[in-house]
Amino acid sequence: MSATITLARIVAALVLALCGVMPYLAPAVGEPFLIGLFARSMIWGIAALSLNLILGYGGMVSFGHAVYLGVASYTIGIFAFHGVTDAWIQWPVALGISAFVAFIFGAISLRTRGVYFIMITLALSQMFYYLARSAEMYGSDDGLTISRRSDLGISWLNLNNRVTLYYVIFVCLLLSLFILWRIVNSRFGMVIRGIKSNETRMEGIGIATYRYKLAAFVIAGTMCGLAGILEANFEKFVSPDTLNWPRSGEMIFMIVLGGMGSLFGPVIGAVVYWLLQDVLSDITEYWQIIFGPLLILIVLFARGGIVGVLNGKRRDA
Amino acid sequence: MNYALFAEQFLNGIQLGMVLFLLAAGLTLIFGIMDLVNLAHGSLYMLGAYYAATFTEMTGSFVLGLVIAVPVMILSGIVLEIVAIRTLYRRDHLDHVLATFGLILFFRELVRIFWGSAGRSIPLPDYLSGAVALPLGIDYPVYRLLIIVLGLAVALGLYLLVQRTRIGMLIRAGASNREMAGALGVNIPLLYTLIFGIGAGLAGFSGMIIAPLTAANIGMGDTVLIQALVVIVIGGIGSIRGAFVSSLLIGLIDTLGRSFLDDLMALFLPVNAAEAAGPALSSMLIYILMAAILFFRPQGLFPPKGAKA
Repeated sequence: MSATITLARIVAALVLALCGVMPYLAPAVGEPFLIGLFARSMIWGIAALSLNLILGYGGMVSFGHAVYLGVASYTIGIFAFHGVTDAWIQWPVALGISAFVAFIFGAISLRTRGVYFIMITLALSQMFYYLARSAEMYGSDDGLTISRRSDLGISWLNLNNRVTLYYVIFVCLLLSLFILWRIVNSRFGMVIRGIKSNETRMEGIGIATYRYKLAAFVIAGTMCGLAGILEANFEKFVSPDTLNWPRSGEMIFMIVLGGMGSLFGPVIGAVVYWLLQDVLSDITEYWQIIFGPLLILIVLFARGGIVGVLNGKRRDA
Repeated sequence: MNYALFAEQFLNGIQLGMVLFLLAAGLTLIFGIMDLVNLAHGSLYMLGAYYAATFTEMTGSFVLGLVIAVPVMILSGIVLEIVAIRTLYRRDHLDHVLATFGLILFFRELVRIFWGSAGRSIPLPDYLSGAVALPLGIDYPVYRLLIIVLGLAVALGLYLLVQRTRIGMLIRAGASNREMAGALGVNIPLLYTLIFGIGAGLAGFSGMIIAPLTAANIGMGDTVLIQALVVIVIGGIGSIRGAFVSSLLIGLIDTLGRSFLDDLMALFLPVNAAEAAGPALSSMLIYILMAAILFFRPQGLFPPKGAKA
């Protein structure tokens, strides 16, 4: 990644800066609800970032990504339900479960290609949706209210403090961006991007592509689990709907809106998605009637998303 | 587990299989011939149910309502193809998925605007709402039996259409080699529009006939779309025959699993453990089956000849 200053990077820096100062900016401009909106945007930004690794860089159209977010949220919720709030137990287990589910799903779905892959990731993730719905002990259809947030055991890191929680989310976002940046520009990342361009050729030069794809799948699932942990602590609620496949679709929407296969694109996309939803739902109760066609227009005319438009490219590579 | 209950659930399974087949046939036809992944197929199913509700209300007769709703549905599909779907053929699968996901959001909201958030139930006429006595002392609802018969009739009609008519010949030609068919003078864009219309009609029809049982509601397409995807993945994408067999398989396994899995598990598990795990496992059953089949046959059970995937 060269250090040239492009319009897209300026916007990305601006969005991150906005995320950074929002707890102080929002009350100052008299719109305190923006804090929540940005917190949610950052959580979904992390999820979208993780999906972008396999979708944008790896070309794997996984349509079940919300499941990793959902199982991590449920893990936090179930721990809290049984009175375990220690984050040092909750969080590693939640990440581990997300990673494990991603491993199993990846191992099955990556055996297939193209449209089969899309459909299988979709169908597999539905399994957990039905599992959550039939878990009567944990609220089934009504969802599970999380009575207590994770306890990090550090006095100045109390997640019940709104600002503290916000900055924990912010730091997690920066961390995810950094990790992704390192991954994408490593040898491993080169292989993943190479697989997207031409998998046969990557195999031809002696790379076991299945293993690389599976590793990327697990990394993405784990990172999405982090978003799930934050989501559970932010919303204090998790429901089967979190795992349902339209959530995965929205996640892809955010990526495409921001710019697929660009580092900051998904974060920009997530922020714009939630802002747009907020603005549109003020205008009309039926905001999705605008969102749906908007998605189609982006797909047809601006495949590079916001980042692509800013860079003056219509189809992002 | 008593015998009459089993027979009834068995028929319910076949009935679900028929509904899934109507949906999956259109989906697999559209994919097999146009190479288009249409996630909005579930929305067409939903739209069909609402059309049936409205036209039944207007005409006062369910049958008459269907007679009007089916052509309207086909027309809607044709309009949709011309307005939105047509531009997608040259794009990759990701674009299909995204754009048709956009259509899902659109249709969901459209239905909320026109019909409201509450569901619409459709009353059945008296002659369809009773039960019929089948041999061996089984009572079974007439309407569910009718769904099975309608499903079989449509399956037969579709078979005849594809195998025995001129349009069917063009469809098969377009599926096996679209450039060659186009070069020989087949109007490919028109053919595609027609196929999408047929697919929309089938999806809408399945929504229409299920609506009296479940009422037309906004989320109805989401669940059934995934089940239809499982059907065509198991059956082999692009194969109508595969869709038929795996629809019945999925319908039976899903229905029988939900009814009897906890009893079955109680044979070798403590009763309360079986009652807790039964519902969870039975709702996951078809996905586990799909994963298992794909593990051994990634192409599905009946891949069409010359399949690319």
